[in-house]
Amino acid sequence: MAKIIFVAPDGSRRTIDAAVGDSVMATAVKNGVPGVVGECGGNLSCATCHVYVDEDFLTRVGPPGDLEDDMLDLGVADRRATSRLSCQIKVAEALDGLIVECPEEQP
Amino acid sequence: MTGGALIVGASHAGVQLAVSLRDYGYDEAITLVGAEPRPPYQRPPLSKAFLAGTADVASLELRTPAFYAERRIDVLSAERVTRLHLSPAEARGSGTALTDRGRTLAFDRLALTVGARPRRLDLPGADLDGVCYLRVVDDAARIRAHLAPARDVVVIGGGFIGLETAAVVRSEGKNVTVVEAAERLIARSVAPMISRFYQLAHTRRGTDVRHSAEVAEIHGAHGRVTGVRLTDGTLLPADLVVVGVGVVPRTELAEQLGLLCDGGVVVDEFARTSEPSVVAAGDCTVMPNPLTGEGRVRLESTPNAAGQARVAAATLAGKPQPYTDVPWFWSDQYDLKLQIAGVTNGYDQLVVRGDPDRERFSVLYYRRGDLLAINAVNSAPDYLAVRKALASGTPLPVDQAATSDVPLKELLMRASAPH
Repeated sequence: MAKIIFVAPDGSRRTIDAAVGDSVMATAVKNGVPGVVGECGGNLSCATCHVYVDEDFLTRVGPPGDLEDDMLDLGVADRRATSRLSCQIKVAEALDGLIVECPEEQP
Repeated sequence: MTGGALIVGASHAGVQLAVSLRDYGYDEAITLVGAEPRPPYQRPPLSKAFLAGTADVASLELRTPAFYAERRIDVLSAERVTRLHLSPAEARGSGTALTDRGRTLAFDRLALTVGARPRRLDLPGADLDGVCYLRVVDDAARIRAHLAPARDVVVIGGGFIGLETAAVVRSEGKNVTVVEAAERLIARSVAPMISRFYQLAHTRRGTDVRHSAEVAEIHGAHGRVTGVRLTDGTLLPADLVVVGVGVVPRTELAEQLGLLCDGGVVVDEFARTSEPSVVAAGDCTVMPNPLTGEGRVRLESTPNAAGQARVAAATLAGKPQPYTDVPWFWSDQYDLKLQIAGVTNGYDQLVVRGDPDRERFSVLYYRRGDLLAINAVNSAPDYLAVRKALASGTPLPVDQAATSDVPLKELLMRASAPH
């Protein structure tokens, strides 16, 4: 288990005990975290699981892959340097306490 | 249970319908009843990561038990609705359901999200052990169990399920033959050049792909499959046969209620059946093309199941909104990601961008110069640009799209920029 903290656009926080190996997107969807849709189930086809990764975790989470980069470029409303698709972030012990912020809107 | 909403069929459409009902402020009881012995789970990985052994059952769960409890969604598993009864006209939409456990469930609102079943082979030997279908998680687990000791695998049907399965199985080093009755692969969904591309791509990776090939019978010994004989006499050895020859929508309950069915439960753009108080969503339905409002299409995909379910929930909650989502779909085979947006029906012109030989290209479908759809192979930017263009009604003229060195994204931005 690792704790993942989801921050809603209004600043409210929700902490979830996530299963290691699940994606951050799956963790959010299974638990009904508003703001993460994950329409394609984690196949890099929809960009509806866009999140902003907290600066302190950026290096541990790493940069997006090529396909994800393309999806972020075209698929999301407000891309920032901290943007990731949460289906591509696997929950790991090393990410315990990870904070991700959900955007105002998903496409 | 008294009253509330009854959702029959507990997969992608059913779960989304329940969740969306709550999102739209529906406050009565919600009961989601499904025949499968486990809570609702994701189906797309069954022919991909789950079959490959990189995802387990637990990871497929669609929502946690705590989530259903919190949203007051009562999930009944391992229970099949066998009969439905609608009350007389003055109590529009209400009625009762009888289940195979002998329970009677009363409802004020009814939604059918019963899905489809795999089309079965009607051939000698079709019941042999080792002849498998792929629809539910138990099917996928059965294929996995047969796969480990298998040497030769025959996949009957060269559609998406068949080809995704073939890719996983071939990746595990098995001898794989794909047998397709039509003259090309995925013929119902894509243009001939995409069919040819997939034929070559699978062949290059060592799979024997046979189109225009019909199965005569399945051979076995001691109750287990040993081979597949084609009508031209060829005998293909097989320790495992996976059949993916399409699905049949489950229309029995709808027919019982006298609802109009035509290759699926007929619904309108508000997901209403021919009895407008009853809604239906997902693989069991046929609907007007959501982009044009024309004809009747069946869109077998989880994005459609979810999108249509949201519309159905809005209708039941008294906040109707028409279904206009751009249909989209994807298929993962080996390292080839196919992404589809739009509906290709009636196309008269194709534009090819990129290079099929390098396994990175896209095909845009046009009708009388209007963009209809895209099939993109390892070309996510093209796919996304077309999806956006279709959603916003932005034209991407043929002559411009045909210029491969200009990204579609740029064309899209130019076209939508204020003049």
